[in-house]
Amino acid sequence: MFVDFLYHLRGHGIRVTPTEWLALMEALARGHARASLGVFYHLARAMVVKRESLFDTYDRAFAEFFEGVDRQFDLTDELLSWLSDPQLPRELTEAEREQIPHMDLETLYEQFEKRLAEQKERHDGGRHWVGTGGVSPFGNGGSNPQGIRVGGSGGGRTAVKVAGDRRYRNLRSDIVLDTRQMGSALRRLRRLSSDDQAHELDLEKTIDQSARNGGEIEIVMGPPRRNRLRVLLLMDVGGSMDPHAALCEKLFSAAHASTHFKAFKHYYFHNCPYERLYSDMSQLKGRPTAEVLKEVDERWCVILVGDAYMHPYELTQRGGIINYGARNEETGLQWLQRLRQRCPASVWLNPESERVWGAPTIKTVRTVFPMFPLTLDGLTEAVDTLRGAKPNIATKEQPVDPMAAFRSL
Amino acid sequence: MRFSGTSTYITSPELRDIVNVAIDLQKPLLMKGEPGTGKTRLAEAIAEDLGLELLVWNIKSTTKARDGLYVYDTVARLNDARFGDGDVRNIRAYIKHGPLGRAFASDKRMIVLIDEIDKADLEFPNDLLHELDRMSFLVDETGETITARERPIVIITSNNEKELPDAFLRRCVFHFIDFPTPDFMRDIVHVHHPDVEKALLDEVLTRFFWIRDLPELRKRPSTSELVDWIAALRRAGISAERITAELPFRGVLLKRETDVELVKRAASRPRRPGF
Repeated sequence: MFVDFLYHLRGHGIRVTPTEWLALMEALARGHARASLGVFYHLARAMVVKRESLFDTYDRAFAEFFEGVDRQFDLTDELLSWLSDPQLPRELTEAEREQIPHMDLETLYEQFEKRLAEQKERHDGGRHWVGTGGVSPFGNGGSNPQGIRVGGSGGGRTAVKVAGDRRYRNLRSDIVLDTRQMGSALRRLRRLSSDDQAHELDLEKTIDQSARNGGEIEIVMGPPRRNRLRVLLLMDVGGSMDPHAALCEKLFSAAHASTHFKAFKHYYFHNCPYERLYSDMSQLKGRPTAEVLKEVDERWCVILVGDAYMHPYELTQRGGIINYGARNEETGLQWLQRLRQRCPASVWLNPESERVWGAPTIKTVRTVFPMFPLTLDGLTEAVDTLRGAKPNIATKEQPVDPMAAFRSL
Repeated sequence: MRFSGTSTYITSPELRDIVNVAIDLQKPLLMKGEPGTGKTRLAEAIAEDLGLELLVWNIKSTTKARDGLYVYDTVARLNDARFGDGDVRNIRAYIKHGPLGRAFASDKRMIVLIDEIDKADLEFPNDLLHELDRMSFLVDETGETITARERPIVIITSNNEKELPDAFLRRCVFHFIDFPTPDFMRDIVHVHHPDVEKALLDEVLTRFFWIRDLPELRKRPSTSELVDWIAALRRAGISAERITAELPFRGVLLKRETDVELVKRAASRPRRPGF
């Protein structure tokens, strides 16, 4: 049953490693579950689930696996008090293990109720009666791998019910929670320069060398540890983005608050960037895009945020720009390609659900930029892609495989 | 050696169990949770309850893994070499143990709190793997290996500013401190304000959880802010009724201007009672 639980968890996407599993087994062997499913729920979670974003998955897997196991029974107080003072389980020999009756749940319940009716006194370490530390399928602290827990845990709520509450749904990483989490994901972009040129004084080594030299100062140089991350954030504030405004604002404040960027610039656009990028949301103050592009180079990471959802004209036709009174001489797609060529390390974050990514304009944008959903998982993937993107690679209109960066990691 | 909580630090039964598992299996305990849920206080409570000495290692962005084990004071040695003080040939005199190093070298079992491990560089946790596994480390400068006689209890806290590496997570026992439920919060408040009037507390808790549940809130107030708020309200002698009407001293709870505005707007909207 326990190995089944391991594979059940793995089947749900919780990658429990053998080491973690063995640690859990050791904890069980040392009596930490106290033969209670409620305690076991927390114990197993602490030992094998190491991220709160997986708690909800764990809850569902747990509820599914243990559904029906801890049905409650009416018990006499006396029986419960024997059980609440458990004796340690004894080690079983192989032969004994063989003899433990295995039965299905229904038979188990039936027998349990029958035995409960017959039982008159306390039993510890036995193989038949309800008691503690034995191999009977009933009681607690015992070694019967099937068995029904009787007592031994506090509280009226059962573990399966607790797990069924799904209290950790909000911690799942495939939904986006707050600015702080976004900041945390962006922080992964931090990459210390691996510039091999040794042109910074290594104070510690200098002192060490000098001490070894008997006080004659000997300068030791080393490569600088300086963060050189430059980020350009371009955000769509078009009408179809209104439902995502709060989310985008969070991303913006996370990026803006990140102190680990060497440089950070942000501009707005409407549906697609053309000749001008805007520095305010109402799109009054702007700068020529060409000018902005001159200021950035392949050392910059570009993050575009938008639903990429527009009329195909806006992307592929000259003059397709949505704003009245403006006319673009070059198509939106050309501008996108130019941006990608200038800054190969660029990604597109889309707040729309991946279900609608089949829309024509979204598909087209995806041929230029790797696209990720604007969720915590998506952001993390995007950041990994940016980290993996190698500067100076020609990215001329080749189909972009968003997963490529992962495979190379 | 069992941890059962202290009178000034209330723990949930789950947390007590997890602490005991970590102690028994001799694995580091990684604690996460919203700021202000008492992650750091836990280590102090364990130390107090078990009567062990607590060594705190506060992590900063520049902290390196080796700092926790030992620091080789090259500056002192250089000075001594230049000015002829001390015995420069005795490297040992310039090696100072960090918190982990001291715990390893000690005869007594100690508790080491590695506080806010996520502040450090991404590689930091990985750099500690070997030492935490083996509970020993090599002092490069002297070639000495220091092995723990009594494996310390290691408590690690993280505020989730960075993801921790898988290899590191695998070795830890993990617990996420849930934000206290209103009932549990009542117990916590009673530890800090034993004689708070019920009417006031009811009102304060209702408002507090109402604020926390506002979906647009940027920074949700924490337990410690609640405790401070109650202290402020009581010192000013504010009655329960005025709390709902005016939300006095809201600056104790809300640290951002946008949040203050948000609460103001939300409070003026009609709402269901007790919500």
